[in-house]
Amino acid sequence: MTAELGHYALVLALSVALVQATIPLLGAWRGDSGWIGLARPAALVQCVLVMTAFGALMYAYLTSDFSVLNVAANSHSAKPLLYKISGVWGNHEGSLLLWLLILVLFGAAVAVFGGNLPAPFRARVLAVQAMIAVGFLTFVLFTSNPFERLLPAPIDGRGLNPLLQDPGLAFHPPFLYLGYVGFSMAFSFAVAALIEGRVDAAWARWVRPWTLAAWCFLTLGIALGSWWAYYELGWGGWWFWDPVENASFMPWLAGTALLHSSIVVEKRDSLKNWTVLLAILTFSLSLLGTFLVRSGVLTSVHAFATDPARGVFILAFLIVVIAGSLTLYAVRAPAMKGGGLFSPVSREGGLVLNNLLLATACATVLLGTLYPLFLDAVTGEKITVGPPFFNMTFGPLMVPLLIAMAVGPMLPWKRGDLLGALQRLKFAIAATVAALLLTLVLAFDGPWLAIPGMALGVWIIAAALEEAAHRLRLFRVPIGESMRRLLRSPRAAWGTTFAHAGAGMVIIGIVASTAWQVEKLQVLRKGESVAVGAYAFKFEGATPVAGPNYAAVRGTFRVSRNGMEVAIMQPESRNYQDPPMDTTEAAIRTGWGGDLYAVIGDPTGDGSWSTRFYNKPMIHWIWMGALFMVFGGLFSLSDRRHRVGAPARRDVLAKAAKTAASMAGK
Amino acid sequence: MEEAPRRLWTRLVPLAVALIIGGFLFAGLSLRPKDIPSVLIGKAVPDFDLPALPGRPKGLQTADLKGQISLVNVFASWCVSCRAEHPLFMKLKAQGVVPVHGLNYKDEGPAALAWLARYGDPYDRVGHDLKGRVGIDWGVYGVPETFLINAEGRIACKHIGPVMDRDLEEKLLPAIEALRRGGVAQC
Amino acid sequence: MLMAVLRSLLLALCLLGSVAPAWSIAVDTPLDDPVLEARARAIHKQLRCLVCQNQSIEDSNATLARDLRVLVRERITAGDSDDAALSFIVDRYGDWVLLQPPVKSGTMVLWLGPALFLILAIVSIAVWYRRRPSPVVAATTPLSADEQARLKALLGDGDPV
Repeated sequence: MTAELGHYALVLALSVALVQATIPLLGAWRGDSGWIGLARPAALVQCVLVMTAFGALMYAYLTSDFSVLNVAANSHSAKPLLYKISGVWGNHEGSLLLWLLILVLFGAAVAVFGGNLPAPFRARVLAVQAMIAVGFLTFVLFTSNPFERLLPAPIDGRGLNPLLQDPGLAFHPPFLYLGYVGFSMAFSFAVAALIEGRVDAAWARWVRPWTLAAWCFLTLGIALGSWWAYYELGWGGWWFWDPVENASFMPWLAGTALLHSSIVVEKRDSLKNWTVLLAILTFSLSLLGTFLVRSGVLTSVHAFATDPARGVFILAFLIVVIAGSLTLYAVRAPAMKGGGLFSPVSREGGLVLNNLLLATACATVLLGTLYPLFLDAVTGEKITVGPPFFNMTFGPLMVPLLIAMAVGPMLPWKRGDLLGALQRLKFAIAATVAALLLTLVLAFDGPWLAIPGMALGVWIIAAALEEAAHRLRLFRVPIGESMRRLLRSPRAAWGTTFAHAGAGMVIIGIVASTAWQVEKLQVLRKGESVAVGAYAFKFEGATPVAGPNYAAVRGTFRVSRNGMEVAIMQPESRNYQDPPMDTTEAAIRTGWGGDLYAVIGDPTGDGSWSTRFYNKPMIHWIWMGALFMVFGGLFSLSDRRHRVGAPARRDVLAKAAKTAASMAGK
Repeated sequence: MEEAPRRLWTRLVPLAVALIIGGFLFAGLSLRPKDIPSVLIGKAVPDFDLPALPGRPKGLQTADLKGQISLVNVFASWCVSCRAEHPLFMKLKAQGVVPVHGLNYKDEGPAALAWLARYGDPYDRVGHDLKGRVGIDWGVYGVPETFLINAEGRIACKHIGPVMDRDLEEKLLPAIEALRRGGVAQC
Repeated sequence: MLMAVLRSLLLALCLLGSVAPAWSIAVDTPLDDPVLEARARAIHKQLRCLVCQNQSIEDSNATLARDLRVLVRERITAGDSDDAALSFIVDRYGDWVLLQPPVKSGTMVLWLGPALFLILAIVSIAVWYRRRPSPVVAATTPLSADEQARLKALLGDGDPV
C-alpha cells in the first residue's frame, strides 16, 4: 500500500505545484494579497507531499518490498542498512525523487525563512520554484515512476553493484543534488527579479546565502565523488574529465562566478544584468548536467537510459526553462540599471576578472564536453575529447585567475592601486619567491612546470593569510586589539580567507601529486622487493580470503623507508559473484607527506604476481583544500548579516529608481 | 551609466546560444555515440591467415575473401548477443544469398565447436583467432560485428552489434544488392 | 561519477557480452627495459579504451584494452617510434581512440574555441568599461541638461529623505 500512497502523494504534489506556479504569480501581478498569500502554504503542502512519497520509497527499500520494481531491481535483502538507504537514490527513478525532494525542501525553506522578503516577490520566487517542480513531477510521473509494481514479486532483489556499495558514494549524490538544486534558488530569485524588473542590493543579499549554501554542497559533492574514484577505482586517478564529471563541474564554475558577482551587486549596485544572467546560466548548467547524465547522448543512447522518451522529455523541459528565462532576460534586462562605477583596477574590477576567466573556463569545458556530439551531428566524424584537451586549455585559463585571486581581496572598492596592493602583499611575495627557490633546489630535475605551480599555490595561501593579518592589523596594533578585531571582523571575510587558502591547497595537492608521483609496475615473487621512490615494498605473499559476498586474493607488503618498517599494506583483488564482477581494493596509506598506494593484480602463473605501486606526494591536500573551501563557505554563511537577511528595501530609493527607469524608457 | 546592453540583439545572444546547443542535443538523442565507424571501409581486408577451428575444415585468410561478395561475422561462444543474431545467419545460409564466413574471436576451439553444434553452423569458412590479434587488425572492438566484403576483397560495410532482421533488410541486403550491380554500398 | 560507472558497466556487459565485466585495475607484465616500458606506458595513456566509458587503455582491465597494451609493447620492442606505434592503432580504430583529438579541419573550432572565448570575453568587457564613464570623469563632469531635469523630477517626486 505504501507504494500506492507514495504515487498518490506525487500526483497530489503535482496538482499543488500547478496551483503554486500560477495563482501567486497572477496575484502578484494583480496585487491580490489573497492569491499572493497562497504561495507559502502551497510550498509547505507540496513539501510534505513529496516527503511522503520519498518516505514511501524509503520504506519500500528498508522493508525490502520487492513487489516494487525499483526495489527489486536495485536492492537485495542481505544488503547492509546504509546501502539499502543509499539504494533509494542509486538509480534513475529514485535519484529523480531525491532531486524533487531537495527542490521542495528549498521551496519550503523560502516559505518559512523568507519572512523578510516582500510578499509579492516571495510569491513570484515560489511560483518559479513550483514551475520547476511541475516539470520534474511530470517527468517522474510519466516516464520514471519509482512506485511501479512488479507482480509476482521476486524472492529477492537483483542487488547493487558492489562498486557502489561504498560510504563515499552513498553520500555523493545527495550533496551533488543539494548543490545542483540549490542553484534553483538563485534561478528563481533571478526570474522573479526579472518579472519585477528590479535588482538591488537587497536582492543580492537574499540570493547570496542560497548560492553560497548550494556552492558548499556542490563542492563537497564533487570532492566526495573524486575521492571515491581515487580510492575505489584503483588506478590512482581522481579526476578524468569524464562528461559526467564535467556535468557537475560546469555549474560549479558558473556558481563560483555567481558567488563573486553577487558581491558586486550587493556592495556596489553594479553588474546586475550579468549577475542575473549568471544565476540563470548556473541553474541551466545544472539542468544540462541532469540531461547529459540521464539521456546518454554522450555515450550511448541505448545503454543506460533505455527509454528515449526520457531524453526527449527532459530536453524539452530544459529548453522551456532555459529559453523562457533567457527570453525574459532579453526583454527585461534594460530595466535593471547599475549605478556603482569603478575602475578596472579595483575590488569590483578584480571580481569582473574572476567572472571573465571563470566564464571562459566554463565555456571551454562545455565546448570540450559537447564537441564530440557537435562533430558527430554535423559531419558524422567520431572523435574523443579527453583529458589532454582540458589540461591544455583549462589549465592555462586558471593561471591568471589564481594569480589574481590573491590580489583581489587587497584592492579597495571603486578605484585601487595595483602597486599598493602588491606592496601590502610583500610577505606573500617573499613566501612565493622562497617557495620558488626551494622547489628549484629540491626538485631541480623535476618537471619545470611544477616549480611555478607550487609557487602559485603558496602565493594564494600566503596572500590569503596576509590579507587576514591586515584585517587584524596584526603586529601594528597591540595584540589585544588584534584579538578584538578577530572577534569583531565579519565572518564573511574569514570565509574568503579559508576558501581562498583552500584553493591554494588544492593547487599544491594537484601539482605535487602529478609532478612527483612515482609509479611502479612490477611482477613480484614472494620475498622480492621493489623500490618506489624512497620506499621499499617487500612482497610477503598472497593469500585467498573469503568475504561475505566475494572471494578475494589479499597481498601483503611490508613497506620500509631507509630500512625502517613504516607500514604493512594489504591490497585485495576481489571477485564478486552476484552480480559477477571483479574489483580492486587498493591499499592506501596516508601520511604527512602523501599517499602510498598499492594494488595487487593477477598471478602470472609461475608463482609471481603483478603489482602496482604509487607514491603520491601531497595528494591529500586536494581533498583537504576542498574541505577548507567548504568550511570557508559555511563559515561565511554563518555570518550574522546573512542570517538576519537583508534589511527591508529602502522604499524611497526604490521608488526613485523606478521613476528614473520610466524616465529612461521615455 | 547605462549598464544593460542597449541593443536587443546583444541581449538575445544567450538565448540564441542556448537554442543552438539545444538543437544539437536533440540531434544527439538519435546519434549512436558508442558505434565507432570503421576506418577500414573501402580498404582491402587486412593481411591475415587464420587456421581452422580444430576439427572443422577450412580456415580463413585474405585470399578467401577475393572473387565474390561475402560476409564475415565475428563471433564467440562466450558472446551472449551472438546467440540473438545467429538464427539470421542460419537463414542466410539456407537462402544462399552470399557466403558467410566466421571469425571466431578469442575463443577456445572445443567451446566454439560445441556452440556451433548446438546453435547451428552457418559458416563457410571459420578462422580461429584465439589471441584476438587478427580481430585488432580488423578493428574489432565488440563482439558480434559483421563485415560486408565486396568481390575485390575490400570492406564495404561494418555492422556493430547483433544483426537483427531490420539491419538485414534495411542495411545489409540493399548493400549486397548495390554491390552486385557494381555500385557502391550505402551503409 | 555514479551514472558514469553504472553506464560503463552496462556497456561492458552488452558490448563484450563477456561473463565477468572487469572493473579491477589492469596490472600486467612490464617490459624488462625500463626506457621502452616508460614509452609504452606513455602511449597507453594516450589511447582510449574502446569498450569502456572514458578511460585510457592504461586504466582499463577490459580484455581488449589489455590486448592493445600488449600490442603497443610489442610494437615498441620491435623498434617502432612512438608515433608509429600510435598510428598502428589509429589505422585500425580511427581518430576516436586518441584521447587528445588531432588538429584537423573538424577540430579547428574545438582547438581555437577557448582562445576565441577568451578574446570575446576580454573585448566585451573592454567595450563595457569604455562605454561607461570612468569614476573620476563621472565625478567631475557636470550634469547635462537632461540629467538635471531628471534629478529635479526625482527630487520633486521622491519623498523627503
